Amino acid sequence: MGAKMVSFGGWEMPVEYSGIIAEHLAARTAAGLFDVSHMGEIEIRGPGALDLVQKITCNDAARLAVGQAQYSGLMTAQGTFVDDLLVHKISDTHYLLCVNAANQDSDYEYICSQNAFGAQVENAGSRYTQLALQGPRAATILQRLTSVSLDALRYYRFTFGQVNAVHCLIARTGYTGEDGFELYFSPEHSEAMWNALLEAGRAEGLVPCGLGARNTLRLEAGMCLYGHEIDNTTTPWEARLDWICKLDKGDFLGRAALLRQQQQGLERILVGFEMTDALIARDNCPVLANSKTIGRVTSGSPAPFLKKNLGMAYVPTATSAPGTEIRVGIRRHQARARIVELPFYKRPK
Amino acid sequence: MYPSEYRYTREHEWIKVEGSTATVGITDYAQHELGDIVYVELPKVGARLAASQPFGTVESVKAVSEVYAPVSGEVIAANDTLAQSPEIINKDPHGAGWLIRIQLANPAELSGLMDAAAYQAYLAEKSKEAAF
Repeated sequence: MGAKMVSFGGWEMPVEYSGIIAEHLAARTAAGLFDVSHMGEIEIRGPGALDLVQKITCNDAARLAVGQAQYSGLMTAQGTFVDDLLVHKISDTHYLLCVNAANQDSDYEYICSQNAFGAQVENAGSRYTQLALQGPRAATILQRLTSVSLDALRYYRFTFGQVNAVHCLIARTGYTGEDGFELYFSPEHSEAMWNALLEAGRAEGLVPCGLGARNTLRLEAGMCLYGHEIDNTTTPWEARLDWICKLDKGDFLGRAALLRQQQQGLERILVGFEMTDALIARDNCPVLANSKTIGRVTSGSPAPFLKKNLGMAYVPTATSAPGTEIRVGIRRHQARARIVELPFYKRPK
Repeated sequence: MYPSEYRYTREHEWIKVEGSTATVGITDYAQHELGDIVYVELPKVGARLAASQPFGTVESVKAVSEVYAPVSGEVIAANDTLAQSPEIINKDPHGAGWLIRIQLANPAELSGLMDAAAYQAYLAEKSKEAAF
């Protein structure tokens, strides 16, 4: 395949195939196929399953219908992130959590430590592989390999069915800002599924995409990455994830701290910015005001589709309004940038 | 692939000497490792470079890489077309993608650099290490 590989959490992962720019543009205009087999899966079963999910996450899993997925946060008692995750409701007594690769084992132990509900918790990562098919042509391509009606599968819904004669959980979810699907299935079918999808999408312009394009696509779409925009020092309010934080759902880990922060107000908040000088902000660059550090870039990169140099950063709430001019310390420069609304990119409806 | 009249560094720069001046760029290996190059920062004409010291920056979508002076000298030209079209380095790293021209300060330093055969042996050794 000619992929450039990198070691990541014990996995050998492809960074890029044909080049990050070409892969990024293909996912925006046609389709991209991502090997995301490193993602972790944790299953929670039993009569106490919902109670456990509600205790550990900040979004309201009680609102989920069977066959619905929800973006959420796994919370500390301080209202910060242990991880971010997707919660899939398979039945009233069965939830599948998709978590970050690097956090899988610690998430599992953390969830077990909070299990006062008699739920069965399974660290199921080794039973699943995951491929993501993303882009405006994704549905057309996937429909060639399945009899499941994809038209009937709405955004953030999932179903079970055969894809290329393999039993899959087919979810209309993704991490690119595009329409698309994430397929969960047994790892022994990985290679055959990868090849079948690429073949089915050849005429549509489907290309294999690596972790490099996955990162530029999610950044352009203004999505958070654990370890960058969110971690165990940041809260959902600070990360502008209010929409996944439901204080009215009943008690959960971190709720009291989050309520307190909501009442007291935020000292800092996540913003998006675009560079106005021709320099590229990178992760961990300082955000400067009057030559003093007022914040830190959490992710920074060229954005291949928008053709701008973009970033996200935590800044004091007082200097977070769109249009505010900021400076980013890049090598010896104090480069100019402007705060803009998130997300940077929104797909056309 | 690697011109025999060039000399090479362990940091993957090349230098092509013509009399008392030389052209400097990054190697095909370096551009391939970096991927799509999107930004280049080069010194001004007149800047004095010390051997093995960083003189500029080449950035791809995913990485920032400093470039090092193969030998000492004074910058007599910088490749201005790279400001608008940095991808030239990906397409023609040993030719149109050159970075700077310098007036050599101490030509004896050239003897410390690798020739094309030695550089390719060095790359082969690196890829063997990576395989383990």
